[in-house]
Amino acid sequence: MEPNTRSTGRLPAAFLTPGSSSFMDFLGAHSPEMLPGNRKLPEGVVEAPHGTTIVAATFPGGVVLAGDRRATMGNMIAQRDIEKVFPADEYSAVGIAGTAGLAVEMVKLFQLELEHFEKVEGTTLSLEGKANRLSTMIRSNLGMAMQGLAVVPLFAGYDEAKEKGRIFSYDVTGGRSEEHGYAATGSGSIFARGSMKKLFRPDLTEEQATTLVVQALYDAADDDSATGGPDLYRHIYPIVTVITDEGFRRLTDEESQELARTVTNRRLEQPDGPRAALL
Amino acid sequence: MSTPFYVSPQQAMADRAEYARKGIARGRSLVVLQYADGIVFVGENPSRALHKFSEIYDRIGFAAAGKYNEYENLRIGGVRYADLRGYTYDRDDVTARGLANVYAQTLGTIFSSAGEKPYEVELVVAEVGTTAAGDQIYRLPHDGSIVDEHGSVAVGGNAEQISTFLDQRHQDGMTLSEALKLAVQALSSQANGADKAIPAERLEVAVLDRTRSQQRKFKRIRGRQLSRLLEADVTAAVQADAVSNDEAPEDDAE
Repeated sequence: MEPNTRSTGRLPAAFLTPGSSSFMDFLGAHSPEMLPGNRKLPEGVVEAPHGTTIVAATFPGGVVLAGDRRATMGNMIAQRDIEKVFPADEYSAVGIAGTAGLAVEMVKLFQLELEHFEKVEGTTLSLEGKANRLSTMIRSNLGMAMQGLAVVPLFAGYDEAKEKGRIFSYDVTGGRSEEHGYAATGSGSIFARGSMKKLFRPDLTEEQATTLVVQALYDAADDDSATGGPDLYRHIYPIVTVITDEGFRRLTDEESQELARTVTNRRLEQPDGPRAALL
Repeated sequence: MSTPFYVSPQQAMADRAEYARKGIARGRSLVVLQYADGIVFVGENPSRALHKFSEIYDRIGFAAAGKYNEYENLRIGGVRYADLRGYTYDRDDVTARGLANVYAQTLGTIFSSAGEKPYEVELVVAEVGTTAAGDQIYRLPHDGSIVDEHGSVAVGGNAEQISTFLDQRHQDGMTLSEALKLAVQALSSQANGADKAIPAERLEVAVLDRTRSQQRKFKRIRGRQLSRLLEADVTAAVQADAVSNDEAPEDDAE
């Protein structure tokens, strides 16, 4: 494991060899055992905490990415306040469903991959380039996914060239597809997607888009036992992030509390949430 | 078979040092100064793309004078070192002191190994602290020694003269605009007393700003923000304006 960087000795030759701008490529060449995909797989199936529902929606000028706070292991709640939505860099974010431990590690490596490229090249990757990089990382996890340790992220970002928010969803094999308007991943995604299908409009404001994703998370928690709704007693609220041309912003605790309370209060009157017109 | 000439170790080292110093002196000088909110890097650089200053890690910046391909090589080595270390342990475990040590060992080994030509570079590794007292600036000459600097430092061809100029005028707690103007003045003053003006578009400026909300404190200053800081009158009102405009999003895009 020791990458020999702790000693005060000279930088190893690999560090000074001109090569690619990818941190993963460097790690693969210098200390391959540190790459998650290169680990030896044990026999059998492992049970570990799973993250559940992530939702995203675009609005003119940006994109919203949000996630509930529950991690489950079988029928048990493993953690009530897990964080599953992370900034990937200044203009993109990633939300993770699936095996929590591996997913968090994948996000850490993905963040580093983008930052490393930026520092070495002096410029950022295109949004498409970032999405493809994430694809490669998921694909390298396929062996683990076969044993039940799948990681399925949702990637959202502001495309500076196209001047709009974009969403990419993935399957366990690393298959990538761009989603238009809204998307969801994880166990509660079926319900969240149904909810957003009825509420989404292409001309939402930023505030409406953040309300939309919280409504969708509420509906997912309503019907999926693995998804956690807003926990008003413990003050645990969904994580909501907004990415626009001004960059990544995570709603403060007060803002997401306000949002979750408004949605919850309205559900006291209408438990099934806002109604869409029949025709 | 011919017998090789005997060269005394002192002579060999002196020759190598002179070779490296001459190479460094061919490049333009640059300065690194502490100011109230962090550390500013200023240099004359006609290129927009080939940088003399860059980010190594969250709070750590890098500046170099000398031969571009050699310091670029060291810079990328440093980025790899920092990223690997941060990935293995934690982001807080990456320090300027650790990085400076690795650079010193690397430069020192190259300098004293007979098979390699010495690097013609002089580096500065700087880390911004949460307060001015926590700022660290290390200067690394071509031979692998380390000098722990405070306040201001100059490297490159004209470094001694510029250092003296800065030592006399630099004060703790200067504003960014004041520090920047002092740096430009130092870089444009020449030995014969005649000053040559450096236009803003030939300046490369970057800061490690401890007041930035992001984890990564390194930021390039260019365009409108740079001209604003260079023009800003040293009155409180204008300074406040310059500081509040620091975070303007259009300048933040890296």
